[in-house]
Amino acid sequence: MHRRDFLAASGLALGSGVLPTFLGRAIAAEELVSTIDVAVKKRLADAALNAAKSAGASYCDVRVGRYLRQFVITREKNVENVVSTESTGVGVRVIADGAWGFSASNEMTVDAVANAAKLATAIAKANAKSQTAPVRLAPTPGVGEVSWRTPVKKNAMAVPLKEKVDLLLGVNAAATDAGASFVNSILFLVNEQKYFASSDGSYIDQDVHRIWAPLTVTAIDKATGKFRTREGLSAPMGMGFEYLDGAASGKFVSPNGVVNYGLSYDMKEDAIAAAKQAQAKLKAPSVKPGKYDLVLDPSHTWLTIHESVGHPLELDRVLGYEANYAGTSFVTLDKVKQRFQYGSPEVSIVADKTQYGSLGAVGYDDEGVKTKKWDLIRDGKLVDLEAIRDQAHIIGKSASDGCCYADNWANVQFQRMPNVSLEAGKKKQSVADMIAGVENGIYIIGDGSFSIDQQRYNAQFGGQLFYEIKNGKITQQIEDVAYQIRTPEFWNACVGVCDASDYRMGGSFFDGKGQPSQVSTVSHGSSTARFNGINVINTARSLG
Amino acid sequence: MSILTEEQARAILTKVVALSKADECTAQLTGSIDGNIRFALNNISTSGVITNSDLAVQVAFGKRVGTATINQFDDASLERAVRRAEDLARLAPENPEFVPAVAKQVYKPSPTFSAATAAIDPEYRAKVAGDSITACKAEKLIAAGFLQDGQSYVAFANSKGNFGYQRASSMDYTCTVRSEDGRGSGWVGRSLQDSSAFSASTDIRTGIRKASASVDARALEPGKYTVILEPAAAAGLISFMMNFFDARQADEGRSFLSKKGGGNKVGEQVYDPRVNFTADPWAPGAAVMPWDEEGLPREAMPIIKDGKIVNLNYSRYWAQKQGKRAVGSPGNLLMAGGTKSTADLIRGTERGILVSRTWYIRMVDPQTVLLTGLTRDGTFYIENGEIKYPVKNFRFNESPVIMLNNIDELGKPVRVAGDESSLVMMIPPMKLRDFTFTSLSDAV
Repeated sequence: MHRRDFLAASGLALGSGVLPTFLGRAIAAEELVSTIDVAVKKRLADAALNAAKSAGASYCDVRVGRYLRQFVITREKNVENVVSTESTGVGVRVIADGAWGFSASNEMTVDAVANAAKLATAIAKANAKSQTAPVRLAPTPGVGEVSWRTPVKKNAMAVPLKEKVDLLLGVNAAATDAGASFVNSILFLVNEQKYFASSDGSYIDQDVHRIWAPLTVTAIDKATGKFRTREGLSAPMGMGFEYLDGAASGKFVSPNGVVNYGLSYDMKEDAIAAAKQAQAKLKAPSVKPGKYDLVLDPSHTWLTIHESVGHPLELDRVLGYEANYAGTSFVTLDKVKQRFQYGSPEVSIVADKTQYGSLGAVGYDDEGVKTKKWDLIRDGKLVDLEAIRDQAHIIGKSASDGCCYADNWANVQFQRMPNVSLEAGKKKQSVADMIAGVENGIYIIGDGSFSIDQQRYNAQFGGQLFYEIKNGKITQQIEDVAYQIRTPEFWNACVGVCDASDYRMGGSFFDGKGQPSQVSTVSHGSSTARFNGINVINTARSLG
Repeated sequence: MSILTEEQARAILTKVVALSKADECTAQLTGSIDGNIRFALNNISTSGVITNSDLAVQVAFGKRVGTATINQFDDASLERAVRRAEDLARLAPENPEFVPAVAKQVYKPSPTFSAATAAIDPEYRAKVAGDSITACKAEKLIAAGFLQDGQSYVAFANSKGNFGYQRASSMDYTCTVRSEDGRGSGWVGRSLQDSSAFSASTDIRTGIRKASASVDARALEPGKYTVILEPAAAAGLISFMMNFFDARQADEGRSFLSKKGGGNKVGEQVYDPRVNFTADPWAPGAAVMPWDEEGLPREAMPIIKDGKIVNLNYSRYWAQKQGKRAVGSPGNLLMAGGTKSTADLIRGTERGILVSRTWYIRMVDPQTVLLTGLTRDGTFYIENGEIKYPVKNFRFNESPVIMLNNIDELGKPVRVAGDESSLVMMIPPMKLRDFTFTSLSDAV
């Protein structure tokens, strides 16, 4: 949903004007490697906790946040923009008289933070008057003073700007040399320095790093007026600059030679491939619509998992709290009790906030709950949902799942999707083995167009690269492919998942939910998977 | 502090611009007070007020540009912001597409501010939520909604003597109304600059009516249908298409407005001759700031006239390169129509489908602007001028370019806010032939 904000930021590159406020204040690159002294953060947090208690709050949590971002935006030979931003402040959330209250301030002083705590308490007391049932928080043990850091090998914020610019311009030159008409490449780096303290006795200091390196190559046939793009096959990751090392161990070569990427990305190699494949798209025949067996690469499947499993299993959507914005869900509490047949026995889906390299990985969530891994769908049957502290009791849980998140110190934390992934198949099976068994199919690589209804039943997905499979062999590249699904039928049509040697993640920096809207980052892993008899439409049209 | 007067803003900006030693300096002050209330399951869930102010300073040494922002306005902080921008500019690579700051302009003020909207307080918000909830409860329906209101100002100045200041206000109300058994869903949305024209207890009736009437929806076969798109349903497709009215994209050959062999389609017949789009920052009820993000003055201008492309958006760089005059890029989109309401269009329809709202619209193929998305919150079958029964929601795969060549009739434009567009839009309800539904959705 918030891709628009990102695009607006990228658009600044065109020399338009000034920074949008959502990015925070612009800072010098050298400031990106500093942190706030933990003692200062603890002093601010204690001021809020004490003020809330004095004002009559029964619970209080404080988030002292410093959110850093860096964009490097290029096209062809030009660096269009370099922006480094910082947003710092404190958010205070309390329960008073059984109701939530929240207030935030960008003033990092003891007085301002104490005032925010008092205001949050006053708001909670005012809200309590119209509250029908008091907030019930699942217990969470205080953990004392602890810290957690994304296990990065190379802090991307510390890498000199020149190295980043040289990388992107090198990528652009390689794509252009390989025949690209246009190429855009971007580096987007995030560092969330989050300090959480609560009246439960926790003081948690976390340093979270994420990286994204998207590229788009465009090929144009001037004579026919036709144009095609091929997006990069990288994924946004919870990693440092080491993700861009292009290590051989991160490469997964498809049976037809397409190189996909795991925990390491070779941006230049991908840009060259993109240039060639975009040109091939201009000449590729159009798909014949009908039923096909789909073989889906993890660079594609992540988005289908995100939309058709991750979202419908969010408890706030199931209950109706998101009815006016993100939507509700076809999943009901009864379906969980009855172990609804969500997918075939091949389908086991897990939530995991601890997975290495994932966007959602943290040590503790934004209400101080230690993160974990848990089953959502086991052997095709729906077994659980995604819940936080004030929701756990609704589904009979004694503890939160640890998936509460706020995208900024100024926004209140709420339930967000954890990393949700399809488990690799238990039987040994390679992509080549899988394709060898398909008579009439399409092999899809990369994510494309996506759309799903407000209850997560009917979805349509495109992709980046489509290859026809006939009698166990990949025959040719095709175009204009999109498939339409009804969620439970689709997952019940899954007849196989490749083994763990093929497992990779994809993910999103811009998962939108809530009003006012917040974005969250989340990864989804899988191995290549096969779905039989899926409806494929042809998306080619003529404007005359 | 968050809403400064023109004099206060001018004093700060003048000081900032004078502090800079760069070749040129542009400073912009913004401030806002935004309020909101959210409700779901017939209860208020969250409410808040967010105040914000920022100063952004952009300087240039030659073609090297640096930007810094700050939210403290004492003299030392102002100087720090200017020096930081200058430091960043000295380190920045040269931007070959650099265009100097906008020269001194005369901006004609536009009526973007309403005192009534700016005066909205927590009691008002609670009443909007309460009125929505009470009306729904009385009908055994469930309300989930959101009211967001705000006032703001923008002021800017540069070292060439340019200066602008204007205040604005807006409010957006949406409410989704669902039946207790989840079989019916309706929606109402209002986007206004002046809240005095708004009444939640009146508007909520639209959501209630649609929720009640959409229970027991029947399944129709997907295919091509005559449809009546209500303004909110049409706006999502049309605003998506406007993203491609960029001259550079078209000239570079990567737009549906690119011409075979090179160039763009300005002057060409692309739509039905009844299609007329204009932009006008002073449009009553749909006013926007009289300048764009680069500080260029906006003009009242045609975008599509009688189905022909008249104007594309040129950035200042691209205009200079192509020898065109750069004009402020539009902040609103006014689509011309007739005088009929949606109800009038229904009365004149033998067979068709009424679409109240569209959802999750995404690009499928930029070559043809083929979009996919779904209907929701009230889709009905029309026969002999009457709504006969609710129908299950559809997924569509349709291009707004093709859609605007298949017009039967256009109704009277109303103001709508796009879910994912910043444009203020006046869009008519429209009756269209051969709209392409490709599958059914079980979602309510």
